[in-house]
Amino acid sequence: MKVSIKLETPKNPTQPMNITPEKSENGRCAIEAKNLSVYYSDFRAVKDVNLSVEVQKITAMIGPSGCGKSTVLRAFNRMNDLIPSAHAEGDVLFHGQNIYAPDVDPIQVRRRIGMVFQKPNPFPKSIYENIAWGARVNGFKGNKADMDALVEESLISAALWDEVKDKLQQSGLSLSGGQQQRLCIARAIAVKPDIVLMDEPCSALDPISTLKIEELMRELIKEYTIIIVTHNMQQAARVSDYTAFFTLDERRAGYLMEFGTATNIFTNPREKVTEDYITGRFG
Amino acid sequence: MRNSAAPSNTNGELFGYNLPARHRSGAIWRMFFFAATIFGIIALSVLLWDVVNDSFGYTAFTYKVDPATLTTDGKPLDEATSEELIAILEKTLRPNRLNTLNDEKPLEQRTQDELYELVLAEIVQPKVVAVWGLADSLLRVGKIPTEASQIASQKNIDPATISIVFVNWLSRGFVASPQSSNALYAGVRTAIMGSLYIIFITILVAFPIGIGASIYLQEYAQDTPINRMIQTNINNLAGVPSIIYGMLGLTIFVRGLSPVTSGAVFGYLGADPNYGRTILSAGLTMALLVLPVIIINGQEAIKAVPNSLREAAFGVGASKWQTVWHHVLPNAIPGILTGTILSMSRAIGETAPLIIIGASTYITYNPDSVFSKFTTLPIQIYQWTSRPQDEFRAIAAAAIIVLLALLLALNAIAIVLRNRFSRRLI
Repeated sequence: MKVSIKLETPKNPTQPMNITPEKSENGRCAIEAKNLSVYYSDFRAVKDVNLSVEVQKITAMIGPSGCGKSTVLRAFNRMNDLIPSAHAEGDVLFHGQNIYAPDVDPIQVRRRIGMVFQKPNPFPKSIYENIAWGARVNGFKGNKADMDALVEESLISAALWDEVKDKLQQSGLSLSGGQQQRLCIARAIAVKPDIVLMDEPCSALDPISTLKIEELMRELIKEYTIIIVTHNMQQAARVSDYTAFFTLDERRAGYLMEFGTATNIFTNPREKVTEDYITGRFG
Repeated sequence: MRNSAAPSNTNGELFGYNLPARHRSGAIWRMFFFAATIFGIIALSVLLWDVVNDSFGYTAFTYKVDPATLTTDGKPLDEATSEELIAILEKTLRPNRLNTLNDEKPLEQRTQDELYELVLAEIVQPKVVAVWGLADSLLRVGKIPTEASQIASQKNIDPATISIVFVNWLSRGFVASPQSSNALYAGVRTAIMGSLYIIFITILVAFPIGIGASIYLQEYAQDTPINRMIQTNINNLAGVPSIIYGMLGLTIFVRGLSPVTSGAVFGYLGADPNYGRTILSAGLTMALLVLPVIIINGQEAIKAVPNSLREAAFGVGASKWQTVWHHVLPNAIPGILTGTILSMSRAIGETAPLIIIGASTYITYNPDSVFSKFTTLPIQIYQWTSRPQDEFRAIAAAAIIVLLALLLALNAIAIVLRNRFSRRLI
């Protein structure tokens, strides 16, 4: 799918706009939100988000607390379905298909769009099982050797193999926080998803572990598309190719304020609000 | 700040210096908590002592035939060999009584213990005159003979015929013997068997149904008015008095499902008609009784499994069932088992519903199937305590110790199981 380029200046900056990446010479769209609104009961948490994410790029979502960036992220793999009161309106197109269509099984969506959470949450099982379980529940057909290979490959991709190769049978919980988060990344990519969603993956980690994860993300986009929510503006500036800035309207509904290449957002933002936020004047 | 003696004035008027008062109220509360703990420990100790006190002690007997006259060389009767005991029996008993005994089981094939009990029952025929507790037996041992003589004269028994023996009511024979109308030979074997059978059926029925319901309510049920009503009702059912469950069990299992619970539809024909008052009825009634507790505990345990674990499983594309089976349940099992232990303890101590559904109080044979009539330990204790004789009070106390021991043993098994599950998860 080709992504159209729109660069019109909005007449009323507080109104949501159709925003798509400005640069996409050979970029294909991995996932696209169209007029996406998410409600918790009657409260509209996110309104009319239009966002298209390019394949094999890192797209960062930033914005003040409560602006709905995590909600949007979780709407991309129907994780919000787990919250009984939540429901989404609008379309999220994945390979051209709306994942909220009635005939789409959310389990299938989540299998293709993996997720890494804010707090490292490895299963209370062995390191090996942490990786193998996802593959097994998704009907992995290989034998023991294939599974060993998959575990090794996933751990290598997550830059964790060298640290854990001698203790694969130890509990995943015995690892340090940073290692646990990389184990979670390995677990997510073991089922070969198209997209990996990351919800503030470094907020519980120290700077060195954070740096490792950031380097890892740059490696991973050779194969995967990554969407990351972060509160850390430097992180968004460092790792992301595209940055989406969300903010709140007067009724506390979040919406997408500005979307563009990271360079543009951080050096030459179009909106005053964006500039105020990234320069630390509010938020 | 603890060390600064004077109130600091840096905060102006906004904050007063109240640290001593806070420490004081803290100390008072701490003392209260300590006192509450001590009270609990004292109450438990008194209970335990009371039971132990009644289970051991001196007992004054009067014999129809003094056992000392039966043996020749002054050897105590319980040390006599089988041959000597048989000789005593053959010398003393009438031939037709001997024949009857031989028909039941030839004397030569009986063990020394059995023969000894036979000699006691057939020839010596001891009768309890008075019973003393362990405290009296230890501390006032000198006054017991005088008291025994006084009690004997009140009962028109010649004080000279009285012998005072230290009796351990909680003997091996007590645990191994069936029920008897004579406290000296009565035991709790049939009651233990009945209790174990019923607990087994209770767990077998209540555990899977209870866990199933708690998984459904916690993981699958939507927040609808109907489900909320079901939830409220389950919570209320946990507080319904057990006797109500007895009535329910009587109506449904004993009366309504009589053909099933009596075993008639399975072609079971017991020695005498049981009218549905069987172990099966009792076990099912107990299962109903503990079901709400198991469900509520199961729900709490499932609720306590962190949501991040569910998200992690869903995040790799697991289905609801895979998430529940592989992650939620294994992590909830320790909590679920804790609830099961609690409800098992409740079920094993319940008396009222079993009386309602018709437990037999006098059963001398072991239950041989779920369609047997039954008695249980609490029923036995209840029945014995209602007897006026001192010796029944003593065996009731001994039965309470057996019940406590059984409870501890079952709980120990459950706790070992639980710890095994917990260890597997790390």
